[in-house]
Amino acid sequence: MAQAKAASRLSENIMQFARALRAAGLPVGPGKAIDAIEAVKAIGIGDREDFYWTLHAVFVQRREQREIFDQAFHIFWRNPQFLQRMMSLMLPQFRGEEVDESHREISPRVAEALRGNQAGHEGEAREPEQEELEIDATLTFSSRELLQRMDFEKMSLAEIEAAKKAIAAMRLPVEDVATRRFKRDARGHRVDMRATLRAGLRDPSIIPLQFKSRRRRRPPMVVLCDISGSMSRYSRLALHFIHALTTDRDRVHSFLFGTRLTNITRHLRHRDVDVALDRISDHVPDWSGGTRIGHCLEEFNRRWSRRVLGQGALVLLITDGLDREGAIGLEEEIERLHKSCRRLIWLNPLLRYEAYRPQAQGAKAMIKHVDDFRPIHNLQSMRDLAAALGELGSRGQESRSKVAA
Amino acid sequence: MAAVPRNIEETLTLLRQGNYIADRSLATAVFLALKLKRPLFLEGEAGVGKTEIAKVLAATLGRTLVRLQCYEGLDVASAVYEWDYPRQMLEIRLAEAAHIESKDRIAADIFSERFLIKRPLLQALESEASGPKVLLIDELDRTDEPFEAFLLELLSDFQVTIPELGVIKAEQPPIVVITSNRTREIHDALKRRCFYYWVDYPSAERELEILRARLPAASLDLSREVVGFVQKLRGRDLFKLPGVAETIDWTDALVQLDQVTLTPDSIDHSLGALLKYQDDIARIRGSEAARILEEVRAEMAAARH
Repeated sequence: MAQAKAASRLSENIMQFARALRAAGLPVGPGKAIDAIEAVKAIGIGDREDFYWTLHAVFVQRREQREIFDQAFHIFWRNPQFLQRMMSLMLPQFRGEEVDESHREISPRVAEALRGNQAGHEGEAREPEQEELEIDATLTFSSRELLQRMDFEKMSLAEIEAAKKAIAAMRLPVEDVATRRFKRDARGHRVDMRATLRAGLRDPSIIPLQFKSRRRRRPPMVVLCDISGSMSRYSRLALHFIHALTTDRDRVHSFLFGTRLTNITRHLRHRDVDVALDRISDHVPDWSGGTRIGHCLEEFNRRWSRRVLGQGALVLLITDGLDREGAIGLEEEIERLHKSCRRLIWLNPLLRYEAYRPQAQGAKAMIKHVDDFRPIHNLQSMRDLAAALGELGSRGQESRSKVAA
Repeated sequence: MAAVPRNIEETLTLLRQGNYIADRSLATAVFLALKLKRPLFLEGEAGVGKTEIAKVLAATLGRTLVRLQCYEGLDVASAVYEWDYPRQMLEIRLAEAAHIESKDRIAADIFSERFLIKRPLLQALESEASGPKVLLIDELDRTDEPFEAFLLELLSDFQVTIPELGVIKAEQPPIVVITSNRTREIHDALKRRCFYYWVDYPSAERELEILRARLPAASLDLSREVVGFVQKLRGRDLFKLPGVAETIDWTDALVQLDQVTLTPDSIDHSLGALLKYQDDIARIRGSEAARILEEVRAEMAAARH
């Protein structure tokens, strides 16, 4: 009798712990609490450490969640009441991104987007970059670094429409790649045996051949965009472009860099472009400062390339190639980047005259290691940008041979 | 052949029988997966011993190991089942020759289990006399989202639907181990069905234990130095940190070179077994390696006094 009472008491506590974890931002559904009770029963109660790892195996689903779980566990299982009070203190820190979902000056369009999106949003908004972002934010760096917030003008509806059109019309050099999967295709070159046999059964006197062909898919894309001082007049346009790209295709990852590298993929998932840009502005500390392309690329190569370049990604590098550090280390890093992606496209919006040759040290180092070089002489609109990217045959060949000569 | 463990202690012993030295926390996750018959989801850097767990479980429990190596574009035909088309064609011809006219009969005949080629996932659903099989789904992060979605049905109900045959359900669920190198995030829906464990690099003591168990031929001094060296390397800024697998490989290489202790020379010659990127090797080779070795020696000497 006493035992049964103790067991139900424990179950209750586990339920409460699950609620606490949920409030702390872990995706813990009601089913998880039941799983946890079942798991604890299977292990038997005794050792505190075993109890810890049992709950850990059930509630933790990602590496980043271990820290939150650890803190919550130690606070909660020392004194469950204490936790309630603590929760209110820890909440902002734990929840990180999601908390500020609700504030912000909200235009009717935004409010609508939020209402429509909220339900499905919570889960996918949690991205692995959280820990890195927070660590980055506490770093202080060189005196040259200029930390400031960017204010973007709101996008007009016409602009958004134009952007959508431009992106839809854009054709990149590697538009789609063959996968190992097949689809039925009457004009395909392979016989679809399964379909053929099934068709044959309908009329055994003759077996009509059925065909299939390889399914094609767009490769994942990674956009690395320079936001240093020399690029500042283009950053709004570039971000708008990246946002439109993110909403148009799946598997797009985007990073901004100036003096440091920031992953903005998660923020761009917000369907509303103004909200997305606002959030990015809050999270990117180095607007219009110096450039350390080599350093940022190194960080990308080391930290992210294995995670986002995995499946033959297309990399779009938007920068003017003006590196403040005399291009130290840039060449090695751009070479490595080039070798680890399917195709590297460099889009250079600096140039307003036709006679441009990559003269700056940084640009010289980079031009050798890109597949495509796309200078844009007059970058005023999204259409120019998409058109430059979609141009058939690159001007890179031409420019590159001149550099070589 | 051991019985299925009844508690964490027995799980630790079982893994140890297979020469796998695990942390108690990992043994907890393994035990839960065995006991509650849910998949075990292991994530971690390459070479920390994720795949090994499935192999050791299969060997010590005396079960058949079914391995599915994932890659991009992995499809049902190579992961689950396929029909044996040439034999089906032949069967149709035979039916014609025997003047069997009933379409339904031919259909029932050629779409029967006889003509089914079973791929790993379907094989794993079949129990044997020794018990359910061990299913290893290796490097799930290499495949794509559609395949992940397909796995959902399989892993929650342990059943597969074949349109021509119906539902094939496992009598006893297999022991499932899923590994991921985390080159991309696996969807939460899949993880939710599993017990999750992040396999970390081992501590120095643990690593020494592992090394002693796996390579008894290496001298204790050499093993100590190797572990000290590798642990120091993991604190460096390298492109790819060495995992336990590399530690074992490297020690093995040193043993083959008849080394009883580490020397700057032997490190330089065999570094390729430990570090797999030219930049990393160039950074460590030579004076840097000698300096790390000195640090390790100094610490070992200090520990003795």
